[in-house]
Amino acid sequence: MSAITRDEVAHLARLSRLALGDDELAHLAAQLDQIITAVARVQEVAAEDIPPTSHALPLTNVYRADEVRPSLRPEQALAAAPAAEEQRFRVPRILDEEA
Amino acid sequence: MSELVRKGAAELGELIAAGEASAVEVARAHLDRIAAVDGQVNAFLHVDEEATLAQARAVDERRAAGEELGPLAGVPIAHKDVFTTVDMPTTAGSKILEGWQPPYDATVTRRLREAGLVILGKTNMDEFAMGSSTENSAYGTTHNPWDLSLIPGGSSGGSSAAVAAYEAPLSTGTDTGGSIRQPAAVTGIVGVKPTYGGSSRYGIIAFASSLDTPGPFARNVLDAALLHEAFSGHDPMDSTSVDRPVPPVVEAARRADVNGLRVGVVKEFAGEGAQAGVTARFTEAVELLESLGAKVVEVSCPHFTYALSAYYLIAPSEASSNLARFDAMRYGLRVGDDGTRSAEEVMALTRAEGFGPEVKRRIMLGTYALSSGYYDAYYGKAQQVRTLVSRDFDNAFEQVDVLVSPTTPTTAFPIGERADDPMAMYLADLYTIPANLTGNAAISVPVGLADGLPVGLQIMAPVLGDDRVYRVGAAVERALEDRWGGPLLARAPELAEASK
Repeated sequence: MSAITRDEVAHLARLSRLALGDDELAHLAAQLDQIITAVARVQEVAAEDIPPTSHALPLTNVYRADEVRPSLRPEQALAAAPAAEEQRFRVPRILDEEA
Repeated sequence: MSELVRKGAAELGELIAAGEASAVEVARAHLDRIAAVDGQVNAFLHVDEEATLAQARAVDERRAAGEELGPLAGVPIAHKDVFTTVDMPTTAGSKILEGWQPPYDATVTRRLREAGLVILGKTNMDEFAMGSSTENSAYGTTHNPWDLSLIPGGSSGGSSAAVAAYEAPLSTGTDTGGSIRQPAAVTGIVGVKPTYGGSSRYGIIAFASSLDTPGPFARNVLDAALLHEAFSGHDPMDSTSVDRPVPPVVEAARRADVNGLRVGVVKEFAGEGAQAGVTARFTEAVELLESLGAKVVEVSCPHFTYALSAYYLIAPSEASSNLARFDAMRYGLRVGDDGTRSAEEVMALTRAEGFGPEVKRRIMLGTYALSSGYYDAYYGKAQQVRTLVSRDFDNAFEQVDVLVSPTTPTTAFPIGERADDPMAMYLADLYTIPANLTGNAAISVPVGLADGLPVGLQIMAPVLGDDRVYRVGAAVERALEDRWGGPLLARAPELAEASK
């Protein structure tokens, strides 16, 4: 049995904001199935009472001093923008009613 | 080839400090070497000769003005294209960032400049540091200087190849699952993954934030230590940076003795499943350590064999979140914005065109592992394995001072062999991943050839025990160079130099 179906892979592509063609989806589905089957080994470890680790070092709530310091000027921040207008990033429509 | 490009970083630093060579002469020699061989090696994505010479001139002027400069002032370096640089494009090997010029320098970049290092250019890498061969770069594969038909390792394969091909005495890398140690091993040079948090991640284009660690490549252990010291230390701009002094790595590299040190051989990684020649060189290296006065014992780390699986859930999960920033809105590629499509459609078209196959696989794998319904069975379990691997290290370091294993299961493999077989590619990181999951320091040093190709020894130390990997690595290096009459890299075939 497959660990992941073609429909699930299509759903993952939508969640990941990747517009993939049919061929690419089919190729990825086979590879993801193989990878997921392999990495499922983590489930063999009896770990009911083992706490999870999310980070290598036990650092929490690290703050720096709340001091004003120089930041990017608008023209620096916008220098690499695909499109800019009036010191703002110009983006495609976000809301349908504005179309 | 100029004699200057054969010299190590420490030696070049001394020559420049003594006025026997100028930083400009040293930079010129390396730029000429790049011009002569990089057409075959493809280690560099960006080289700007005039800008490099200007940096070198500035160092010479600072020295002429009587300024006190560090040991690496005027020494050239190749910089992995994952570190932001205000004066050079930064692509992370991806088409989605083609031509992007960052508005700020990474902390590592800034510290290289402050130390007077001369940045020759930016090096090739697997896209977003995902891979073990540089074949995932959008800008072509880098070739191993030992045999141009083979991979140079990855993801920092441009950086390993540049140093192994004498295009630079030093380079930077990042190591998330082995991306410094594995390329160092397969090109016959030294590569170090420092303790996580010991060197700043600020300005490194993020792959997996809980694992990414910048570190040095060099042709000898002392040079790696000097570079490690130059760019490491606490950085308030990285909240995961450790506020502790840099371990005494340079002193340890100079000390280079293992007398009385307890060395643990990781039983699970002692050679099963590895290429026969790799196992043979590893066994000899362990015998060498014993002959140098180390006490060698076998140590079991039973959960290390689960580390690879845990890593390929944790790293893609973090990547799927980190790479959400490539949304076609503020910088980078934008595809299909013809006035009829919504932002979301433009985003999905841009990401499909801008990311390569491995990046797409990992984003989707991470999205899967974090989905409701699968989270506990995959990401949750992987986090528990991370705890178990950490306990294995803790138990081991109660008995020994360092752990050793081969760096990689095989020597460099042919370009193309694993390019569309992700699981085979992932196995290249089998031995290097545990130290990433737990943040430990680890080094790879060359210990000989198997079937004519370099083999690396991995030495792992506890968190913030970075000095130990340099001490043991330098001891192994000194003993082997005495035996061989020079470094392993001297046995690499000469690359044909293109005429200007």
